[in-house]
Amino acid sequence: MTAMVKAEGVHKSFGAVQVLKGIDLEVAPREVFCLIGPSGSGKSTFLRCINHLEKVNAGRLYVDGDLVGYRQQGNKLHELRDREVAAQRRDIGMVFQRFNLFPHMTAVENVMEAPVHVKRESKAVARERALRLLDRVGLADKAGSYPAQLSGGQQQRVAIARALAMEPKLMLFDEPTSALDPELVGDVLDVMRDLAESGMTMIVVTHEMGFAREVGDALVFMDDGTVVETGHPRDVLTNPQRERTKSFLSKVL
Amino acid sequence: MTVDIDKVKGPSNSPAPAPEAIKAIPIRHYGRWVSAVVTLALLALLINAFAQGKVNWGAVPDYFFDKDILKGVRNTIWLTIVAMALGVVLGVVLAVMRLSKNPVTASIAWGYIWFFRGTPVYVQLLLWFNLGLVFEYINLGPIYQDEWSDFMTPFLAALLGLGLNEAAYMAEICRAGIQSVDEGQTEASHALGMSHTKTLRRVVLPQAMRMIVPPTGNEFINLLKTTSLVIAVQYYDLLQAATNVGQTSGGTVEMLFLAAIWYLVVTSVLSIGQFYLERRFARGSLRQLPPTPWQKVRANMLSLSNRGGTMGGGGA
Repeated sequence: MTAMVKAEGVHKSFGAVQVLKGIDLEVAPREVFCLIGPSGSGKSTFLRCINHLEKVNAGRLYVDGDLVGYRQQGNKLHELRDREVAAQRRDIGMVFQRFNLFPHMTAVENVMEAPVHVKRESKAVARERALRLLDRVGLADKAGSYPAQLSGGQQQRVAIARALAMEPKLMLFDEPTSALDPELVGDVLDVMRDLAESGMTMIVVTHEMGFAREVGDALVFMDDGTVVETGHPRDVLTNPQRERTKSFLSKVL
Repeated sequence: MTVDIDKVKGPSNSPAPAPEAIKAIPIRHYGRWVSAVVTLALLALLINAFAQGKVNWGAVPDYFFDKDILKGVRNTIWLTIVAMALGVVLGVVLAVMRLSKNPVTASIAWGYIWFFRGTPVYVQLLLWFNLGLVFEYINLGPIYQDEWSDFMTPFLAALLGLGLNEAAYMAEICRAGIQSVDEGQTEASHALGMSHTKTLRRVVLPQAMRMIVPPTGNEFINLLKTTSLVIAVQYYDLLQAATNVGQTSGGTVEMLFLAAIWYLVVTSVLSIGQFYLERRFARGSLRQLPPTPWQKVRANMLSLSNRGGTMGGGGA
C-alpha cells in the first residue's frame, strides 16, 4: 500500500532562515497523524509544503504516490503549471487557524464555491451536498448566514465542510482550534473526531494533547525544523524518550 | 400609577416592580440657541446680498431647460461616462500589471502612472489636441488613415485627455483595493484548487470592490466637474453652452449660476447612486447593512407616531 504522504529529506528556508532541516516521515492511508512542537518549530510550514502553498527547497514530497509541485522526467524536475498545481490541490483539503472563510459569501455559498467553480458541478447538486455537509458539522440552520454573523467555532466548522465538499483523500489541519474561545474548541474537535472515525486521512498540527491522545494514530514531535520523536501518541505523550520532548510536554500538559 | 395600586393591593411576595422610568428635566443648551441664531442671521445677510446684487435671477429659470443648455448637459454627462469607463477598464489593467511579477509590465505601469498623475489634466488635454505637430497623419494601414486634425475631434481629445488621466488614478485605487484583501483568502482559495485567475475573479476582486467603490464614486463626481476644462479643446460641454448662451443673451454671470446648479443636480444624483452601490458591496462585511434614506424616514415616522401614542395615553 502506498503511503498517503511521504516526505524524504524535506528542506525549506525563508531567505537565510532555515525552517525545515530534513524531514522524513510517512503517513499511511486512514491514519490520523498529529504534529506537535513549540511555535517556530516548522510544523505549520511542513503542512503548507504538502499542498504546495510553500515550495520545498530540497528533498521530495509525495502525496498518494505523486510528486508535489513538480514532474520528474529522467533526473530533471519540471515545475508544474498553475493549473496542474491547482489540480493536485483538489484532492487535499486544508483547514486554517484563522478559518479564512470567504466573507462575501454565505456559509452554504462558501461550501459550494469550489465544487461549482473548480469541478464545474451544477449548482443544484453542489447545494444539496453543501447542505448535507453543513448538517454533518451541526450547522444546518446557519446555511444562509455570512461568516461575520457566526462564532469562531461555527466558522471553523463551515471551513471544514468547505474543505470536505471537494471530497479530498487527505485533510490538513493547521492549528484548527488555536484561534477559538476555550468553550468552542469542543465542537470543532467533535467534528474532527467524527471525521477520523469515518476513515479520513488527517494530518493535524495541534496543541490539543487530549485530542492527539484519544484520536491520533501517530504523533511526531518537531523542534527547530527536525523530527525529534515519533511514535504512538499514548507512548510519546506518557513516556517520552528524548529530553527535548520531556521538557516541552512538561510545559504544555 | 397602576404600579402604585398593585403595590397596595397585591400580595406582598409579588416580584419587585420594575423601577420607574427616569423623567428628568433636560439641560438647556443656551449656547446652541445663540450660535444657531447668529449663523442664521449671517446666512440671511448673504442671501440678501445676492438678491440685491445686479444679477437678473429671472434668467436662470428662463434658460434652465434651454435646448443649447440641455445639449451641454447631455454632452457633459456622456463625456463623463465614457471617460470614466475608459479610466476604469484601463485602471484595472494597469493595477494588475503593476502587481504582476513580470518586471517589464510592472515598470511600464509604474511609468504610466508617474506621467499621467504627475502632469495637470489641462496640459494633457492641450497636448492631445495639438499632437498633430508630432503626427501629421494617422495611418492604421487598411483600417483607418486620415490627417491628424480630422482624426482628433474635440470629443476624442477630451475623451483621451480625461480618460487616460483618470486611468492613472483608478489604477492606484484598484491596486490599494486588491492589496487590502487578506492573504489568507488567496491561500484558502488556492488550497481549494482554484487557479490564480479564478482566485482573482471569484475571491479577491469581489472583496477589493468594497475598498474600490467609495473612492471610485468620488472620482466619478470629480471627473464630472473636471469636464468643465474641455473648453480648452473646444468640446461643447455644459460650461461651454452656458458661456455661449450667456454671451448671446447678455447674462454671462446668470448663466454661470445656472451651470453651477446643473452641476450640483447631477453630482447629487451620482451621490445617491454611490450610496446604493456601496451598500451592495458591503454584503457580508457588516452584520447589518446601513438603512437607506427611505428606511430611515419610515423608522423616524414610526417612532414619532409611537411617541405621540404614549403621550396621548398619558394625557388621557
